[in-house]
Order: sequence, then C-alpha cells, then structure tokens
Amino acid sequence: MSLLDCEDELLAITNRVDIAYFLEATSTVRKGPYDISLVEGSITTQHDVKRIQKIRQNSKLLVTIGACATAGGIQALRNFKNVNDFISLVYAKPQYIETLDKSTPIANHVPVDYELRGCPINKRQLLEVLSAFLHGRKPNTPSYSVCIECKRRFNVCVMVSCGIPCLGPVTHAGCNAICPSYHRGCYGCYGPMETPNTTSLSSQFSQLGLDKDNIVRTFRTFNAYAEPFRKESEAYEK
Amino acid sequence: MRSKTIKVDYLARVEGEGALYIKVKDGKLADVKLKIFEPPRFFEAFLRERNYTEAPDITARICGICPIAYQMSAVHAMEYAFCVKVEGQLRALRRLIYCGEWIESHALHVYMLHAPDFLGYPDAIQMAKDHSDIVQRGLQLKKIGNEIVALLGGREIHPVNVRVGGFYKVPSMQELAPIAEKLKWARDAALETVRWTATLNFPDFEQDYEFVALRHINEYPLNEGRLVSNKGLDISIQEYENYFIEEHVQHSNALHSAIKERGAYFVGPLARYNLNFDLLSPSAQEAARSAGLSPVCRNPFKSIIVRGVEILYACDEALRIIDQYEKPEKPSIQAQPTVATGFGCTEAPRGILYHRYSIDGKGIIVDARIVPPTSQNQKTIENDLWQFIPKYLHLPDERLTLQCEQAIRNYDPCISCATHFLKLHIDREQK
Repeated sequence: MSLLDCEDELLAITNRVDIAYFLEATSTVRKGPYDISLVEGSITTQHDVKRIQKIRQNSKLLVTIGACATAGGIQALRNFKNVNDFISLVYAKPQYIETLDKSTPIANHVPVDYELRGCPINKRQLLEVLSAFLHGRKPNTPSYSVCIECKRRFNVCVMVSCGIPCLGPVTHAGCNAICPSYHRGCYGCYGPMETPNTTSLSSQFSQLGLDKDNIVRTFRTFNAYAEPFRKESEAYEK
Repeated sequence: MRSKTIKVDYLARVEGEGALYIKVKDGKLADVKLKIFEPPRFFEAFLRERNYTEAPDITARICGICPIAYQMSAVHAMEYAFCVKVEGQLRALRRLIYCGEWIESHALHVYMLHAPDFLGYPDAIQMAKDHSDIVQRGLQLKKIGNEIVALLGGREIHPVNVRVGGFYKVPSMQELAPIAEKLKWARDAALETVRWTATLNFPDFEQDYEFVALRHINEYPLNEGRLVSNKGLDISIQEYENYFIEEHVQHSNALHSAIKERGAYFVGPLARYNLNFDLLSPSAQEAARSAGLSPVCRNPFKSIIVRGVEILYACDEALRIIDQYEKPEKPSIQAQPTVATGFGCTEAPRGILYHRYSIDGKGIIVDARIVPPTSQNQKTIENDLWQFIPKYLHLPDERLTLQCEQAIRNYDPCISCATHFLKLHIDREQK
C-alpha cells in the first residue's frame, strides 16, 4: 500500500525494478528466484508458515515491512489470551476457522535480512531501503527514539508541558514524531527503540495518573509482542 | 458435454486475498463460490477491554485504503453513546478529510485497479506504457486525496489526528489554502475522469438490485443520514441490526450480510448515486448526464464512471468547505463516558460501514460489532457471477477468468477488511 502511495515515484521505480509478485497492483506473476522480497503481515496460520519458507528459499534478500511482519502486529493481542475465546466471539461457526494460537513476526520462522518498522511504514523509508539495496549499501533508517525526531521539529514536549502520556522516549524513530506534532502523545506505532528504558517511563506514567490497566493498554497496541513492550505490559498485569 | 472447474487461487488487484471457485457441469454453470481466506482478524475481540478513546486508532488498522471510514464510524458511534454533538467547522473538517479519502481511494481503484481490465492490461504500470497521460492523471488525483488526509490526519495511512469529539489539532486557513489551489486542478481532472471512463466498453448487464445507502436531508452522504433503499427501507442506523443479518458460511472467513426476508443487497458508489443523485453538486450531476448516465444506473460495470462522478463531487465539496472555513476555537468537544451503547454508520468509499459499541461507566468497551462494506456486497457479487458467467462459458478458461475478475472488481472489494477474500477455480466436469 505504501508503495502505491508513492504517486510521484511509482513509475520511476518500475523503470529500475521489475515487480514480480504484487497482486494488489498487478495480475502478472513471475517465477522466482527473486533479488528482493518485501514481505508484510505476520504468521497466523499453518499456510503462512509454509509460504514464508518458500519465499525465503526463492529470495536473495528478504525484507520484512510493517509492525505485523516485524513484531506480530495488532494480531498479536491474541497472544495474551486464549485464541479460541476470540474465534467464538467473532464467528458464529468456529469450526470453519483455521488459525494458529499466536501471531508471530517473520523473523521467528526464517532468517530476515532487514526489518522496516512501523504501522504503517514510512514510504520515504521504504524508498530509502529499495534505493540502498539497488546500490548495494546499508539502508539509513536511524534506530534512536521518536524523542530525537520530536526535538528536531522544535515541538514542545507534550509530556513535560501538558502531562500527556507519550511513548516517544522508548519508541523507534521513523514517523517523524507525527503525534506530538498534532498535540497528542506517541502511541508506539514503530515499536521499541534499541535498549529502551520502559521501566522508567512506566513510573512517569504512574505519576501522571495512569492506573495499571491503562499502562498495560499503552504498551499493548500494534507492537504488543515486541519483547521490551511485552515485558513491560506483563509487569503491570495483575 | 464438457464440464470443468475454474479455480483462481489468488485474485489480483483487489486489496487483500480471496479466491473464486466456479463449477461447470455438462456445459452449465453448477456452482459459484467466492472464498475469503485471509486469516481471520479478530478486531471485534481486540476492542473488548480497550478504552473508548482507542477505537479510532485500533479500527483504522483494519484497512490501509480507507482508515478514515473506520475512524469516522467509530467516533460517531462513541459520540452517539455519550450524547456529544460535533457541529459547525469541526463537522465540516470531518467531511473534508472524508472527501480526501474518497478521492484517494476512488482514484486508486478507477486508474490502478479497474481501468486495466477494460483496456486489457495486467496492471496500471503496463497501461502507463501506452497511456502515460491517463495513468499520471490518476496518480496525481490520488496524491491530492492523500494530501488532504495527511494534512488533517497527520499521515495518509492510519492517520493520528481523529478523536472522539473532533480532532487533536485543527489546521489554520493558511495550511488549507495550498490544497484549495490543487483541488481546482483536481476538479478538472475528475471531470476528465468521468468523460474518459464513459468511453470504455461496458457489458450489457443490468440486475434488479436492492441498493442501500445513507440518505441525509440536504447533503450527499458521508458521515450521517438514515439508511434507505430503492425497495422501501427507511430506518435510523440504530435499527440496523433489526433489518440486516450476517451469516457465517463455510467457504469464506467473511460473514455474508443479507436484509432479513429479502436477501442480497448492494452498497457502494452505485447505491449512493442511485439514492442520492439529487444531492450531488450541480457540476457532478451535469458531468454524469453528459457522460450518458441517467439518475438511475443498474449496470455494476458502470460503477467506474460513478466513482469518477464521486471524485468530482468530493473535489467540489472539499473546495466549498475550505472556502467557508474559519478555524474553530477548540479542536474537540469533551466527551463524558457513561454506561451506553453507541451506533455509527458512515459511507466508506466501498459502501456503508456499521459500528456498534457498548461501553461501561469507566469508558471501557465491553462489546463491539463491525460490519464492513465488502461483506455486505459478497452475496450480490456471487449473484452477479451466477447471472454473468453463463454468457461467457464458451470462452477459454483464461479469458473467462479475466471476465469474472472484472465483474468482481466492480465492487472494489476490500478483501482484507472483509475478512472476516480471491483464488479462481473453474471446474469443467467431463462426462
């Protein structure tokens, strides 16, 4: 979807890259092996497990894109509950539904060459990753926190000045600090940064008046199963 | 006599994944099944025990093409529950961001997904080699729609700025002004879209559908209105579940919707157009008439023209809103959660999207129900195929498959959001 949103660049990209399999955009399917496979979505069925192994075998480079592929995504909320309860809540005839009990990132199943974070990914970062691999260099997608991006935009800190709980200090950069720029707290679409201090942030949340349930909810959204966020939410679960 | 099965395992150019199974026995159509197999998504279950304020952020994740629709149905449902009325410029801004989504989603479908069917290309990229100007026009239209969503929402996909009661931050007139300039170009491009799509070849195919859409007292429907049909339905959205049912069928992870005791119905641009022609802007009405569309159109293939008409309407409406804009004093109205049930139904680009939430006294969601447009159209898509395929059974499998895919794409099915979708199997049994 983010690729289709590159309205100014899409046709230029297709001059340099042959699209071999992208059913949302084209009926043409080319046989592998492929130079680079961009994979979105998490593993939630037995069919997914077999399919990702086939894709890995046929790809020189496997790049996973988005929070589902890199962290299990929002589907991983099921990982904290019994999946059968969820099935019977939504579907009248649970016996027709085939699903695994956990939603897991691609890297749990096959080796992954590069992960691009975000829910949704940033299309500029996607172009950077494609361009880097075309030129045989490492993509430049910084692993510092949203806080750094926020400072660069000269935003006034929403947590310090307005007492709004914000995941910016522990969240991986990439979105360019959209939420604080729109006067709301970051809600962690890009998942945990490298070595985040979630414990310290949670106690700050407590001081701002968030109760345990709300702290669990704050860490448990689109990257709920990414380890630092998962552990922090579990620490506050009764 | 020849019998055969055609199976399309992955249907292309529909958002998400689905499959189509066709069985032909003794030269006659014996079975049609539209299958949805994107893994079930459980959003209704995820919403339980979440704060009401999270519903617009969580439900946006159901669809990358129409997140605004999900956010709008969610916030309207919450506001109904807590008796919050969003009016004036805040209400207008909501229409504006929805116009952005209609322009972006319709331009994507018309130019990138559906037009290649009519012109015989596998995709818009190949089409661009022969029709560069046309594809570029589509991309630029889509871009302008996305710019509106990004300005008001923070980004194109899963915007962050919509909240119960309004927005987190509202734009200044200076921020909106450059969009107005681009919309003037977009309005001309939309008019060209209507003219150009009207020159495509359409199969002679009309059915006696029940069209269902919102109808508002004095505006083409986006966020509000009563649910009406061309066969006498006229209800408030709170009555939705008294009149519509969902069935879980084995061959699909999507739940099939039906009107009680009447069956299949049709939602989306064609339904809105047929039920609300009088409320289109004068230029959109004029463009439709000039393109040879009468106020009632029963040919689903012509929905590509109607999408063009709706892009034009959305440009007109967006320009009107920007023209009359004054920055509201506050970006949102405070909501006070109470024990309540709220209902929301808005016009996603693909058709009506229904949400219902029950909330406890602390603002926590205890129950959620979401009925996306594609699951409402599924029965009608299957019915169309039953009527459409027999005329084309003489074709070789590959051609027949393309015809079926085009017929399915009339509905712009968003399969990921209806997972609760496409492969093609044609089974021709030999005796």
